[in-house]
Amino acid sequence: MTVWSVIGAGVAGLAVASELVARGARVQVFDPGGPPGPHGCSWWAGGMLAPWCEYENAEEPVLRLGRQAIDWWAARTPVTRQGTLVVANSRDLPDLRRFSRRTEGFAQVDQAEIAGLEPDLHGFSQGLFFADEAHLDPRKALQDLYRELVSKGVEFHRKLAPSRLDNAIDCRGLHARDILHDLRGVKGEMLVIRCPDVTLTRPVRLLHPRMPLYVVPRGEGIYMLGATMIESEDSSRITARSMLELLSAAYALNPAFGEAEVLEIGVDLRPAFPDNLPRIRRLGRTIYANGLYRHGYLLAPALARGVADLALENTHSEMVDEDRA
Amino acid sequence: MKTFYGTELPNPLMLGTAQYPSPAILEQAFRTSGAGVATVSLRREGAGGAGQAFWSMIRDLGVLILPNTAGCHTVKEAVTTAHMAREVFDTPWIKLELIGHTDSLQPDVFQLVEAARILTDEGFQVFPYTTEDLIVAERLLAAGCQVLMPWGAPIGSGRGLNNEYALRAMRAEFPDVPLVVDAGIGLPSHAAHAMELGYDAVLLNTAVARAGDPVAMARAMALAVQAGQLAHQADPIEPRDMAEPSTPVIGKAFLS
Repeated sequence: MTVWSVIGAGVAGLAVASELVARGARVQVFDPGGPPGPHGCSWWAGGMLAPWCEYENAEEPVLRLGRQAIDWWAARTPVTRQGTLVVANSRDLPDLRRFSRRTEGFAQVDQAEIAGLEPDLHGFSQGLFFADEAHLDPRKALQDLYRELVSKGVEFHRKLAPSRLDNAIDCRGLHARDILHDLRGVKGEMLVIRCPDVTLTRPVRLLHPRMPLYVVPRGEGIYMLGATMIESEDSSRITARSMLELLSAAYALNPAFGEAEVLEIGVDLRPAFPDNLPRIRRLGRTIYANGLYRHGYLLAPALARGVADLALENTHSEMVDEDRA
Repeated sequence: MKTFYGTELPNPLMLGTAQYPSPAILEQAFRTSGAGVATVSLRREGAGGAGQAFWSMIRDLGVLILPNTAGCHTVKEAVTTAHMAREVFDTPWIKLELIGHTDSLQPDVFQLVEAARILTDEGFQVFPYTTEDLIVAERLLAAGCQVLMPWGAPIGSGRGLNNEYALRAMRAEFPDVPLVVDAGIGLPSHAAHAMELGYDAVLLNTAVARAGDPVAMARAMALAVQAGQLAHQADPIEPRDMAEPSTPVIGKAFLS
């Protein structure tokens, strides 16, 4: 029986391995970083499963393929189906109107309805509520996939993959740019804070003329603040300006966030192709699956299905843009 | 035709490169519109030349590159950013932006004049983002600038030409200086308006990048700029208070 070698244990690699195993294939995984951890950019993600919100500034496949994600993840890890709330300060209401024109799947909510959904949000007169969206804890999701795979007999090798592998599936993210030359890194910066004084039960997005800022609840008073989007490949440090913008977004949602403890600062690079959509490419004996950009958890299930379709059934999903087997 | 430091623009539309949904859409917007100049911000993407992949994509557009100092608040920052821009893009051109006010992003014209003098002395060819103030404009020219870029309205506001009278006055005052309306353009009609006033180019970013269909909007802007330029060259009629029929009415009966 063919053994498929998945290279890279980030969200792309683990999702691909999980999908292959679910379809009865034999899989092994290589990652010199070992089990999921801070070495992979998906460790730093927000974990929002928000295809309608993302569609505001993304192309149609993000909405259509992203809608599959919630059920795929729910079969593997806890998913919170509480929707997403989008708000704007009164001076940025034109941005809220623009946002509502560019997407679908929401209800307009007024001040009282916002207070009903999230009593700890103050001073927002208008918002959009995306009831069908969901979120997960990305680190728990990665660990759950990892445990599921181990329990099903998948071997994890804590080392680089041998150079001449048959049936390899390369999910190395930005590391794969040695082969995928049109891949670029898009810098993202995020914070994890603890603020038991504030209770939010769903991701809240604050519209901002320059970037989409969001707060994702992780439970027990812990929140993830994200995320900047910078066309830069410097992943060494967060800038003071980014930190200010992230924290002031939280502060604008509720001034009590000013008392939060800063637990973590995350900086990493999202792998992206020029159109910011993921791709599957078969070059020789290797299938490359990459370019999840800011949609790691949203599009990994569709990417994994596309890879399994190509690997096991030789059918070409829309993400396959090159096949030179 | 006026030149920008000796360079003739192939197309009077200048487009910024920030905030597009993806680099692929940015590229299509340039290709579809035929925009002649791309402005690039170095301040944010800057650190250690790390914006490499994005910048090489901008170079591959094959248009003239005008790096900018967007986000700089002091002369020192702006000068440092200009040096970096010269290294990264190998051009003496620099769009000098010195922000004086974080809410309106209004230029700080005092620092602008100072930075323009320093950079001109160092051999830069400075495109200053300024207000419509004529005295500031004179000072910028005295500092060595050979192009002026007055705002139409605050950056990203999409309000069009806030002070048409002053922009007309600037055109009349400096007939030989290349003038560009920079910032505030929201609609093609705003861009056409600037060109009808006799401006030599229009620079915009948000109106295209944040439109629902940036590629279509880029094309609309290119058409508008072309229409405005043609209209200006065609010497438009003067507005008047009374109707002036385009066919004579007196004597009509003789012909019927």
